[in-house]
Amino acid sequence: MDLNTVWFLLVGVLIIGYAILDGFDLGVGILHLFTKGEERRRVNMNAIGPVWDGNEVWLLTGGGALFAAFPVVYATVFSGFYLALMLLLFALILRAVSFEFRGKVDSRSWRVAWDWAFGLGSLISALLFGVAFGNILRGVPVDATGAYTGDFLGLLNPYSVLIGLLSVALFIMHGAIYLDMKTEGDHRDWASRIVNRLWPVVVGLYILATIATFFEAGFLFEGVPGNPIFWVLIVLLFGSILGIPFFVKSGKYFAGFIASSTTIASMIGLAALSLFPRLVPSRTDLAYSLTIYNASSTPRTLRAMLVIALVGMPIVIAYTIFVYRIFRGKVTISHESY
Amino acid sequence: MTPLLLSRLQFAMTIGFHFIFPPITIGLAWLLVIVESLGWRRNDQTYVRIGKFFARILALNFAVGVATGVVMEFQFGTNWAEYSKFVGDIFGAPLAAEGVFAFFLESTFLGLYLFGRGRVSSGIHWFSALMVAVGATISAFWILVASSWMQTPAGFRVQGGRAELTDFWEAVFNPSTFPRFCHTMDAALIAGAFIMAGVSAYLILKNKEAETAKRSMALAVTFGVIVSLLEVFPFGHIHGQQVARTQPEKFAAIQGLYTTQKGAPVVFFAYPTTPPPLLKAAVEIPGLLSWLAFGDLDATVKGINDFAPDQIPPLWPTFVSYHNMVLLGIYFIVIMGFAFIQLRRGRLWENRKLLKAFVWSMPLPIVACQLGWIAAEVGRQPWIVYHVMRTSDAVSKVVSGAEVAFSILLFGLVYILLGSLFVYFFVKEMKHGPEPALTARPAQGGKEASL
Repeated sequence: MDLNTVWFLLVGVLIIGYAILDGFDLGVGILHLFTKGEERRRVNMNAIGPVWDGNEVWLLTGGGALFAAFPVVYATVFSGFYLALMLLLFALILRAVSFEFRGKVDSRSWRVAWDWAFGLGSLISALLFGVAFGNILRGVPVDATGAYTGDFLGLLNPYSVLIGLLSVALFIMHGAIYLDMKTEGDHRDWASRIVNRLWPVVVGLYILATIATFFEAGFLFEGVPGNPIFWVLIVLLFGSILGIPFFVKSGKYFAGFIASSTTIASMIGLAALSLFPRLVPSRTDLAYSLTIYNASSTPRTLRAMLVIALVGMPIVIAYTIFVYRIFRGKVTISHESY
Repeated sequence: MTPLLLSRLQFAMTIGFHFIFPPITIGLAWLLVIVESLGWRRNDQTYVRIGKFFARILALNFAVGVATGVVMEFQFGTNWAEYSKFVGDIFGAPLAAEGVFAFFLESTFLGLYLFGRGRVSSGIHWFSALMVAVGATISAFWILVASSWMQTPAGFRVQGGRAELTDFWEAVFNPSTFPRFCHTMDAALIAGAFIMAGVSAYLILKNKEAETAKRSMALAVTFGVIVSLLEVFPFGHIHGQQVARTQPEKFAAIQGLYTTQKGAPVVFFAYPTTPPPLLKAAVEIPGLLSWLAFGDLDATVKGINDFAPDQIPPLWPTFVSYHNMVLLGIYFIVIMGFAFIQLRRGRLWENRKLLKAFVWSMPLPIVACQLGWIAAEVGRQPWIVYHVMRTSDAVSKVVSGAEVAFSILLFGLVYILLGSLFVYFFVKEMKHGPEPALTARPAQGGKEASL
């Protein structure tokens, strides 16, 4: 395996890590819009309170790794998706500060305002991530020099909006399963009902998205069925997604959470496998696509970065697990809570 | 306005606003490590309460810092795509390293520090405070590596239309990394010391938990006098010498040296005008600049007239920001030094004027940071990478002026909101003060129920 492929995998791992971790707290954020009662809303926020910040770092590190390993993709996609990205940053900012600000003034309208900021910020983020991902999958207008030639409204095509809706539904379900782990009684029953209601929606949207991909970006299927990794991912996806309602029904919430994390990972894995070795297919002409070879940094940089990742990430994963274990169990509201 | 000018404006605005918060985080985090050590090792409840109180301020500050920091990670790609393509082989690595080695560490352990009290042993809780401070420091290191590489690029060659890495460690430890890291890090420690001192002074003045506040004030002043002295000598001095050696145009601009001369003077006060560049009403000491820069009273220092007009930075903002930064640096030494002497003599608590001065001095280290940053980054112009790439060649080609204007408006409004809320809640936390000692608390749990 060459260094470029290794970095394709590592960026993929960071995106999957981000989707799993920030996925549940974006999901809890969207569910927050539908949560009634001050106590439950505080439970929502405190369920993700100690960890959301660390989760968002996966996005920052993913951005940094993309910049370092595939600078042409970083530059082309981020400048090309300018307005969408600015809206995303806006949503992420509002969402981030709502944790800190919400509980600081004892007024109902104040808290309601920040509930909206938190909920809508989460919803817009989840939607935009999906839309951006959808656009990458179907290919973006990139010319022979690797320059983006599209516009903002072009990003809002039906296919990408469909992927956006899929990611919203998936994150809500993922967040609801997380709440199952962190709550008790009525609140947990409510979260379980959300999972059960959303499960068919997620499955339906995924099937629809697969069919749409066949028509919208058929090149993604080329050569994929012959790849054994494809079948491994398919088995993982089917196994995990079928397991979710079973685990939630039988009260095995942690297993349910692992299943829904696996679902997210295998969905992204399948998309990445179809893209490989392209990173950004060109809609103008597939030959203009940005690939892991024509958009990458030099081997020297990729090697230095690999050392950084191999030294740093095991430590990160170790203390992340350590801190999650400390905060495991049901949410309790105390004086220090949000 | 052109997309270039608008993108520069947006970058200045977003990083300027973001840069209010990290210095406070770094400084306060290290002070909290000291406070938590005292609380833990001596089992002293006063320090535990000081820790809890300033941790709330740290959390507020950190939240706004993180929220505004996300923008920075993406803005190189959105607004400076040509730059990102050109330097990606070198510039992305420190940003990624910052994520891997610093952001994860500080944010994960901040969660544990803020919410873990009582869930983990005192030792682990102390360790989490230490990891927040270490993480924030590593973060400062890597971002300064990236920024310093733009000032004094090293370890690369230009090939195939981009800068390619030739030596990783040479790029990381380029000529300005070490001086700029020390100077900026220490500035952050000063910012933390002034926040702790100012808040404590306020509490002493209002006689609110004054005995507790005196302990934190004593710590902040002792710490503050040391870091304020270190900032000028050796750190400021080393950084100044490095700029004189590696970026003579910038050195001439910030010092107001408009003609090359032997025995160049240090200008203490002047009003710069152009064209031609002149200093009005200058107060100066001859020879001192040559001595400070090169250790020789007679050394020749290059002036602005030695450089082509399209190679020099804007003169007014660099001169003014640099000189005001130095002025503030001297003020920090004076006020901290005076307070330290008063503290040793046991007269600090009665000196209400001095305490009031501390309350109002809280924002000044941040102002000094901003001024220093303006001097450094405007002083690098017209280059985005010194002598390698011009700022005008770096901006995204596909982003229109209208799009940037829209995002400036968007961030402008959000930042006004965040800035006002930050100040409002900071003052509120300050007025609230530390929780009273346990014996004075009326009924356990009464407070919780009301929240």
